[in-house]
Amino acid sequence: MMVMPENTPVIGKTQIRLLERLCNAVAVSGDEAEVRAIVLEEIRPHTDDIKIDALGNVLAIRHGQSRHRLRVMLAAHMDEVGFMLTANDGEGLFRFETIGSMDVRQLVGKRVWVGREHIPGVIGARPIHLTTSEDSIREIPLEALRIDIGTENEIVKPGERAAFATRFTRLGPSLRAKALDDRLGVATLAELVRHAPPNIDLLAAFTTQEEIGHRGAIVAAYALNPDLAIVIDSTPAFDIPSHDGSENTSYNTRLGKGPALYIADSGTLSDPRLVRFLMETAGMNKIPFQLRQPGGGGTDAAAIQQARTGIPSISVSVPGRYAHTAMGLCRLEDWKNTLKLLHAALWRITPALLGKERR
Amino acid sequence: MTVKEYEHLERGNGLKSLIKKLVEIISPPGYEAAIRDLIRLEVQPLSDEVHVDALGNLIARKGELGKNGRKIMLTAHMDEIGLIATHVDNNGFIRFTTLGSIQPQVLAGAQVRFLNGIEGVIRFQTFSRTSELTPVEKMFIDVGATNPGSCPVKVEDVAAFKGGFLDLGRRLVARSMDGRVGVAVLIETMRRLKGTTDEVNFVFTTQAEVGARGMAPAAYGVDPEIGITVNATPASDTPDDPRLGTALGKGPVIQVKDGRMVAAPQIVDWMVHTAEKNRIPYQREVLSLGSTEAHVMQLTRLGVLSGMLAIPCRYLHSASEMVDIEDVHNAVHLLVALLESRQKL
Repeated sequence: MMVMPENTPVIGKTQIRLLERLCNAVAVSGDEAEVRAIVLEEIRPHTDDIKIDALGNVLAIRHGQSRHRLRVMLAAHMDEVGFMLTANDGEGLFRFETIGSMDVRQLVGKRVWVGREHIPGVIGARPIHLTTSEDSIREIPLEALRIDIGTENEIVKPGERAAFATRFTRLGPSLRAKALDDRLGVATLAELVRHAPPNIDLLAAFTTQEEIGHRGAIVAAYALNPDLAIVIDSTPAFDIPSHDGSENTSYNTRLGKGPALYIADSGTLSDPRLVRFLMETAGMNKIPFQLRQPGGGGTDAAAIQQARTGIPSISVSVPGRYAHTAMGLCRLEDWKNTLKLLHAALWRITPALLGKERR
Repeated sequence: MTVKEYEHLERGNGLKSLIKKLVEIISPPGYEAAIRDLIRLEVQPLSDEVHVDALGNLIARKGELGKNGRKIMLTAHMDEIGLIATHVDNNGFIRFTTLGSIQPQVLAGAQVRFLNGIEGVIRFQTFSRTSELTPVEKMFIDVGATNPGSCPVKVEDVAAFKGGFLDLGRRLVARSMDGRVGVAVLIETMRRLKGTTDEVNFVFTTQAEVGARGMAPAAYGVDPEIGITVNATPASDTPDDPRLGTALGKGPVIQVKDGRMVAAPQIVDWMVHTAEKNRIPYQREVLSLGSTEAHVMQLTRLGVLSGMLAIPCRYLHSASEMVDIEDVHNAVHLLVALLESRQKL
């Protein structure tokens, strides 16, 4: 028997507008205030209990009504990769470090927003005119790069954060923005809080410091103490043809193929009960999905699964190209299907899901 | 043959058949259900309570916490190094990655078996020979398929080495000996342990080979005062090994430190004293690289008095891991003596 979820959330203009606000906001790991403010505004009226913990996580609870119901933690991280100024070289030039994992080769020439005031700047390096042929084959080390804000500025000081200055754009079926990892997850989780089903206690964690080691999730999971956890994230898609025409065997995920379910990454081996459950749910509701290629990378699930006496966990991601660069690109359709799958799955959760031991 | 020699042989054979049973089951990290079922059959009749936690750890409690009793946790890991399919290419070759650390030269040419029973061989392109090692990303598994449609393996399927049990007399060989020898020591210790005023928790953990992931929740749940991990440790008694470490047949290994933890001196002293008092041969070891799950247990909650007891093992993390049955026997002997001693720590 198939029960269609009531109250199904959809992604329309309002939701895309929310994603746009979230992506254009700056929340480099450790100072997630801008995104947190949007989250609070969006979900506060729809929660039974909401608080901000010591690490800045937003922990929100929505109780169900069923007599026997599982406590289901849903987590999406509010932070994004970025930079921190480390020293003032004068005349608006700043040395900096990267926050979160980034390929330094892609930084030169990118525009950035510095500090809470979003002061515009650019990442500069030696121009081609002055680059010897010997230098040109070498990587430019991070130490040789500077963030240049063009002028002395009283309020910009070492310790200030910076993010890529990329504005959200819709490109036909695709969305292009910075920080789709993981504002897609944040927007999805906000929708799920608004449309929480009655058969579970929905424990939402909008986490901090995921990009520097899943740090917010450690305390969020301890506090919420759930029966199971689903992490909502965005995972890289490198589904473009190989330059030499050979078969691309290492793409991680592909755009347009639906939400990506995690089997194994470098931090988590997903609970097989949850993998099967999500695959079944997708099949019943004819929602396309893909398996993320087992391999490296990690999500908040790595931290959550270890909380207290252990939490059965899985991650579901919206695939996105060019993650951890100035702009990512994803398909609206994949986002819609991710929300659809998660909502349908939550609706089906009963204690029987964990009735048998992990296998 | 004296009665004592005969008893010794019998015990040895009992242990051998237990090890043989244990190594025959494939259990890559995260997929330990089958080995857990077998271990549960063995330990259920020997325990006061058995349960499985959220990450699949099997926890068997023996004894109640009596007056002046101690809460002890003994651990061994159920998982073994494995492989997981990441892609089936247009010609039916399976691309894969490893679960746990495996050196490329150990993978090349090895035979593997998937959990669904499908077998295959690992190969790589050898025509343009170079002296460099081939990385795992360039290797593939050939299961005889010619296209993705005919391939009986799909992305997410897991495999382990094929490496059946070899009985070489004192020396035993199998894949998965690494964790399974610790499991055997724990089970045999349970069989021999008479009444105790301690609460002894025999914990069979999951996901050790991918970074001691099962241990944290298990130790949090048990919340012990004293913890000992039983594991295999790399022996260095083979040709050209520059390390002056442990050797097969010279007794179980009392580890003073490894790459991630320093054992509690009280535990080391307790082990050394007990071994000498009972005339059990032992070796001391100081490891600078490598670690067991014990370091996670040590830092649980308010901290755990932790130590490591190891079995020397040749060719660790390969299809043919070798131990000496006398070392296993002596490890059991030492562990039972430890649990029966009333020494104050």
